[in-house]
Amino acid sequence: MKVTGKAVKFENNIDTDVILPGKYLVLTDPRELAKHAMEGLDPAFPEKAKTGVIVIGGRNFGCGSSREQAPLALKYAGVRCVLAESFARIFFRNAINIGLPISECKGIASNVEDGDELVVDLEAGIVENLTKKRSLQVTKLPPFILEILADGGLIENLRRRLKTK
Amino acid sequence: MNITEKILAKASNKSVVRPGEIVDANVDMVMVHDLTGPLAIEAFKRIGVNRVWDKQKIVIILDHQVPAESVKAAELHKMLRAFAREQKIRIYDVGRGGICHQVMPEKGHVLPGTVILGADSHTCTYGAFGAFATGIGSTEAAAVFATGKIWLKVPEAIKINVTGQFQKYVAPKDLILHIIGLLSVDGATYKSVEFAGPTIRAMSIAGRMTLCNMTVEMGAKNGIIEPDETTRKFLEGRVSKPLPPFEPLKSDADAEYEKVVDIDVSDLTPQVACPPSVDNVKPASEMSNVQVDQAFIGSCTNGRIEDLRVAAEILKGRKIKEGVRTLVIPASQEVYLQALHEGLIEIFTEAGAMVCGSTCGPCLGGHIGLLAAGETCVSTSNRNFIGRMGSTEAKVYLASPATVAASAITGRITDPRELEGNKA
Repeated sequence: MKVTGKAVKFENNIDTDVILPGKYLVLTDPRELAKHAMEGLDPAFPEKAKTGVIVIGGRNFGCGSSREQAPLALKYAGVRCVLAESFARIFFRNAINIGLPISECKGIASNVEDGDELVVDLEAGIVENLTKKRSLQVTKLPPFILEILADGGLIENLRRRLKTK
Repeated sequence: MNITEKILAKASNKSVVRPGEIVDANVDMVMVHDLTGPLAIEAFKRIGVNRVWDKQKIVIILDHQVPAESVKAAELHKMLRAFAREQKIRIYDVGRGGICHQVMPEKGHVLPGTVILGADSHTCTYGAFGAFATGIGSTEAAAVFATGKIWLKVPEAIKINVTGQFQKYVAPKDLILHIIGLLSVDGATYKSVEFAGPTIRAMSIAGRMTLCNMTVEMGAKNGIIEPDETTRKFLEGRVSKPLPPFEPLKSDADAEYEKVVDIDVSDLTPQVACPPSVDNVKPASEMSNVQVDQAFIGSCTNGRIEDLRVAAEILKGRKIKEGVRTLVIPASQEVYLQALHEGLIEIFTEAGAMVCGSTCGPCLGGHIGLLAAGETCVSTSNRNFIGRMGSTEAKVYLASPATVAASAITGRITDPRELEGNKA
């Protein structure tokens, strides 16, 4: 599973209230949610993400609430993958469950700048920075998580598993 | 093994589990609320099964946008009621419950030693009863609705050993803010945080819930406290099943912890978490230059009867400063009724506070008591992130009920011990 895109970089401790403010949680259409992605920090983000981007975070990306609307908003805004030094655990699980590729990558914050062209291979556990001509190791995900991502999310994965039972 | 490992081992039919191991655990209870339930139901319908795995083990609670603050919210509530009716699932509707994390134990849905999941990050609150409880997202809740199972990585554990006696007007909220300040907002990421020691044994259920509630603010998977007689007294008469023996729910003497932190609360003073991060913690006495526009007493962190009592003790016979608006929101209908019986509602109203019906309210900036740009709120809730209570240019300071009540009177952040008439 290879993902390509330009990097959009954020700081440490990006919380779900800035990824998707609480007042939008009554929205259920992911395309509507996408219009408010990262609104707490950068209202221009949905415009930037349109063409397909890779979000780069520092430590503790996605901390705070369990709102799945946060990764959903990112995914539908055009985010193809999220890499960070570390994640808050509920955000991490939510991203996998909705089929948004995600993994930890030590050193990513200091090796990627805004706008760098990246190629992420989650199966191989590697991210290439084409702009800076260097590559970094990405934490390899267990096979069952890669399967969920390959299926497009937990529901699709469950449907397939229930059928094959 | 420690208590968390013991619960996860039992839930996955294993005799021993180790940190880092991934287990497939049987779930005893799952909860969704009005902001996470609708997505869960939509996801559930896509799975292609007709019935939930066990209707007795699912609870729906309306608390975030209640009473419906918009037509959109009303539509979501309607959808949740219809699903509950169709699947014969227990639902706590407007006026029947309150904030999910208060209602779950109050109504007997939390048993020591069980695995409880909730589509809300503060689900970790139920660790106060010796349950393994953690937050999940909506899609995961849908999968649990269908299968009754979840994969979990057995967490490393941090033990926090607490000794000493709290000074007057210093509370478990001050302790947990102090701990988060020490460990940082990602100091317990993926980990279990176990509270132990004589101070915890002497602590009320309300205080234990405040501690476990905020473990997620340092990234923890769960907070947990071994159940004891205090737990038994709270749960008896609330749970429909006989309580399990508590003996197997104790951490072994040789249980392993990644880290043990010893804290003596004897010298602890009222603490405040300054915006925009919960680990930006300072003594309340050093923050007296911060003027407040709004004071909020409530939430799943500090909306219990014990919290309202201490706030009322401070507000009794006093008036809230002109220019400060104060909201008091009991965590549940049960708490509201108790506060009414004890005359607390009268005290709040006479002091100039507005008492609202049980809801999450301003805590997450959904509705009721939002902040405008440039405004400041001192709050008993759990998060002070940018935009959390409304405008991205507003500020939220987190503190104990005593500190928030004292600040409402003076109009600036105030150590409750410094308030005129409270001084020793």
